[in-house]
Amino acid sequence: MSGANDPYDPKEVVALAPETLQGAVDDARKAFEEAADLDELAAVKPAHLGERSPVLTARREIGSLPPQAKADAGKRVNETRRLIQEAYDARHAQLSAERDARVLREEAVDVTLPTDRLPGGARHPITQLIERIADGFVAMGWQVSEGPELEAEWFNFDALNFGKDHPARTMQDTFHIAPDDSGLVLRTQTSPVQVRALLHNDPPVYRISPGRVFRTDALDATHTPVFHQVEGLAVDRDLTMAHLKGTLDAFARSMFGPRSLTRFRPSFFPFTEPSAEVDVWFPEKKGGAGWVEWGGCGMVHPNVLRASGVDPETYSGFAFGMGLERTLQFRNGIPDMRDMVEGDVRFTEAFGIGY
Amino acid sequence: MRIPVSWLAEHLELPEETSAESLAEAFVRIGLEVEEVTHLTPITGPLVVGRVAEVEELTGFKKPIRYCRVEVGKSDAGEELFRGIVCGATNFSAGSLVVVALPGAVLPGGFEISERKTYGRVSEGMICSVRELGIGEDHEGILVLPPGSADPGADAGEIVGLDDSVIELSITPDRGYCFSVRGLARELSNALDVPFGDPANRSIPDDDRPSRTVRIADETACSRFVLRRLTGVDPTAPTPWWMRRRLALAGIRSISLPVDVTNYVMLELGQPLHAWDALKLDGDVVVRRASAGETLVTLDDVHRELDPDDIVICDDSGPVSLAGVMGGASTEIGQDSNDVLLEAANWDPASIARMIRRHRLPSEAGKRFERGVDPAVAAVAVERAARLLVEYGEATIAAGRTDVGNVVPPAPVTMPLALPDRIAGVRYERGVTVQRLTQIGCRIEVGTSEEGVGVVTATPPTWRPDLTQPADLVEEVLRLEGYHTIPSVLPAAPAGAGLDQAQLRERAVSRALAHDGYVEVLPFPFTGEETFEAFGLDEDDPRRNALRAANALEAERSLISTTLLPGLLEALQRNLSRGRRDLALFHIGQVVLPGKEQQAVPELGVQKRPSEEELAELYAALPAQPKHVGVVLAGQRERSGWWGAGRQAGWADAIQAARLVADTAGVALSVSTGNNPPWHPGRCAELLVDDTVVGYAGELHPKVVEALELPKRTCAMELDLDALPLSESRPAPRVSSYPPVRLDVALVVDEEVSAAELTDALRSGAGELIEEIRLFDVFTGEQLGEGKKSLAFALQLRAPDRTLTQQEASEVREAAVAAAHERVGATLRG
Repeated sequence: MSGANDPYDPKEVVALAPETLQGAVDDARKAFEEAADLDELAAVKPAHLGERSPVLTARREIGSLPPQAKADAGKRVNETRRLIQEAYDARHAQLSAERDARVLREEAVDVTLPTDRLPGGARHPITQLIERIADGFVAMGWQVSEGPELEAEWFNFDALNFGKDHPARTMQDTFHIAPDDSGLVLRTQTSPVQVRALLHNDPPVYRISPGRVFRTDALDATHTPVFHQVEGLAVDRDLTMAHLKGTLDAFARSMFGPRSLTRFRPSFFPFTEPSAEVDVWFPEKKGGAGWVEWGGCGMVHPNVLRASGVDPETYSGFAFGMGLERTLQFRNGIPDMRDMVEGDVRFTEAFGIGY
Repeated sequence: MRIPVSWLAEHLELPEETSAESLAEAFVRIGLEVEEVTHLTPITGPLVVGRVAEVEELTGFKKPIRYCRVEVGKSDAGEELFRGIVCGATNFSAGSLVVVALPGAVLPGGFEISERKTYGRVSEGMICSVRELGIGEDHEGILVLPPGSADPGADAGEIVGLDDSVIELSITPDRGYCFSVRGLARELSNALDVPFGDPANRSIPDDDRPSRTVRIADETACSRFVLRRLTGVDPTAPTPWWMRRRLALAGIRSISLPVDVTNYVMLELGQPLHAWDALKLDGDVVVRRASAGETLVTLDDVHRELDPDDIVICDDSGPVSLAGVMGGASTEIGQDSNDVLLEAANWDPASIARMIRRHRLPSEAGKRFERGVDPAVAAVAVERAARLLVEYGEATIAAGRTDVGNVVPPAPVTMPLALPDRIAGVRYERGVTVQRLTQIGCRIEVGTSEEGVGVVTATPPTWRPDLTQPADLVEEVLRLEGYHTIPSVLPAAPAGAGLDQAQLRERAVSRALAHDGYVEVLPFPFTGEETFEAFGLDEDDPRRNALRAANALEAERSLISTTLLPGLLEALQRNLSRGRRDLALFHIGQVVLPGKEQQAVPELGVQKRPSEEELAELYAALPAQPKHVGVVLAGQRERSGWWGAGRQAGWADAIQAARLVADTAGVALSVSTGNNPPWHPGRCAELLVDDTVVGYAGELHPKVVEALELPKRTCAMELDLDALPLSESRPAPRVSSYPPVRLDVALVVDEEVSAAELTDALRSGAGELIEEIRLFDVFTGEQLGEGKKSLAFALQLRAPDRTLTQQEASEVREAAVAAAHERVGATLRG
């Protein structure tokens, strides 16, 4: 170390000698470059930028220089320090970036792994179909009604103009509730809901009633003793069969696409007169577009209106009914009715929850 | 109803070349359902009439076999040609005229005839049966043509009548008249606007003296009774081929001439006939209802107890026939009956319908009578049958005809002329209503009402008892004009209010459960005592009080279920049996809960709206049918995977399903310890809303699991959705912006104290400042002592208007702990 009053050129002070300073820079650059990670970098930092590093030692020597030499020495020391700091910062940034990249790389997962810890549920296609139909009619201003599945014969037959001993009563194979004279049946159709609606509501009445119905058919590919129907009823002034057709055409379009429509064939139901079978034009029918038997309909029989307390001179009405299993069967191409009733989850899962 | 086209065509002026398909289409257009159109298969190759010349019985075979020499025509030189044919039938003899398919002929089904060796002879053709010719099902022997009806060698195809088609129709209950050629041909005439010749339009000679004295004792039973006597009938006379052919095509087997004739006339005119052996009928005939205790042996040799509602025909010996349904054995015509009484009557349709069901005797006659038979045709039908028996059965019509009864003529129906237009929404051409009603046989008068509206009064024809009010006439006009003329007009319903709260709630619950991993099933509501037994239900458990279907498809499942669980568990089992292990199923559906004492269902009329009192009585007689929601779980609720082990479904999942339903419904559900089969007595939660039990959830009883062969630890939940109050609108909470204070508290209580009780106690003690209480740990161990447990709670406190001080928070905690101590004996865990 030189004395404070040494008269010699600062360049001759060892610590301030240009080669010393250049050496400090070179050493630092080398050391930083050789640091493989941020920890090593931190470890070598004090040797090059710390209190005992050559550049700070050199700075302390400046104090002892004569005033005229201080400026030049200070300039050179500062420059040296800047270069070392720059080298450090550059290496630090580089190593940080490398570390960040490595961490992200290490945290990477296989996003294709399964994530279904909780199995998904599903809703029965019949439920989904009922909701879809209800929404379509609600959009037209109709109401949705439901009623009991176990009905009084009066509602299921008498009020619907099935004569006590008329063969029409045996057309539908009915589950009777014991004893034989109980007067109770499992409803064979959802029409009793309509009678209830008329008994307790003044026209205009526009209602659909979806629900479960029962017939004593053994279960096979095309029959089931328990199935679902949706039935519609409108009672208002001046309703005509043209209105019935218009309603069913709209219904058909909502079910089978905008190109669908209906056709009527005369038929017989005790509760309607005139009565018709409804065929629907189904563009996506298996094996090519065509007519498919869809349901029954007609103008509400005046006897039904009378039994429900509606004056047939003032009001007229129409009604229609469709089997939903059947609708689903041909709309969705389900060859076997049993798939819809057995509750095999694989069948229902295919239909999802629905929207 | 099957009917050959040629028979229909006989009564219609159809354009040439009218196809069976176009007739079927016409039927459909006016409302008759066509099941099938069948064309008889033309037979190619030589099919000729043959005369059996010699019959040689071949012996030594398991069944009778004949070798016949059959004359099949003449050579150009005029010599008779013979063929040797082997035949297995025995209903013919030398001299019989038969139909022979010669080598080269191809019978229906592609059956090619060739010369072949059989039974040790060479057979040079085949003698055909009715079935082999494709005409009917009759295969009891070969077809024998009546003597003299053709010459050997004649083209048999023409004689047999193979150029024909059969239309099979399904007749709706309102159109009884269509169970006849007469009715169907009339319908076709209306549909195609072609002239119609009524087969009932026959003259009958006057003959006032009765064939037999008949007294109708009950006029509600019988409106007309006609008898005509024939003598010298040869009951063994063959039925002419043309009649046998038509009967065969209609699906009716030939029996004997008298029976065939009555069947033929029934098909032609729709009037069932009955043939009596006149000599076996003693004394006067009385038509009446049966008396209690009377019996009758019917034609099928069944000894029947008669019901006082049965209509019977009696002679001096008592009932000898179940009117309109089946004759009696004692007066049946047989091989030696030469003296025959032909009967045509008109019976009360409702009575006949009841008799058919009561005695389980559906028949062609009964089918027609229960739908109504044209009362005007009775005498014509008897005369037609009598003349056929004269012509083919060597009979003589005896003088006299009985024709008694009181036929009520059809009542006229008046309606506005424009009513069909108004109902159809169509402007029909002028005169259409009158034209169409006339066409179906109505007598028409047109006039003006007091209000100046054009009206038509139509008197329906006797064969249309279904036409009783304007709507019936409207349908006739509309269907004959064609439904295709009706336009499509969408009616404007008044503005609606959408789905109601209950409907929206059901949808939300169904979606919530599905999103929570449950799969919906729609099981049948049928169950049996065995299931309730397996459930371990007490004798007086209200769920055992189920209604029973009188005619269940399966006897062991005749009960209408009072709970959703049997159906859900059955669906669970089915899925398990098909290899699925992890299952969570749900079902939303009605259950039927009859009251302790089921009230009788009142008889209500239909002429007008029942009174409020009557309706109330009717509703009261119906069982309650609330909508339930149920779930069942088995296997893993959460799957195992790369994330670790799966989680077995448990009692908590079933209870959580109930909480999910309640949350979705927006009601506060409380859970308390329950004990209700089929649940495990220690793992059953009682579900309450406002202190009312709405259902149960938990793990099933191990005995139930064993009895029903379910997977261990199967869990279930069922609650009454209808019992949850609807939350129309919920009050908005005040949301405080001040910070919460969180503190934990661990309390020691007796084992028996439930978490819910302790939570309630803490909440009540904590007062208004408590925002949330959450149980986060349950601990039992020696240091707590026997029968003790520790429950640890995280409390979150917050004030609406200030930041809580530590002092306030401590006070709340102390108050909560004090309340817990007081109510359930809880002490702070040291």
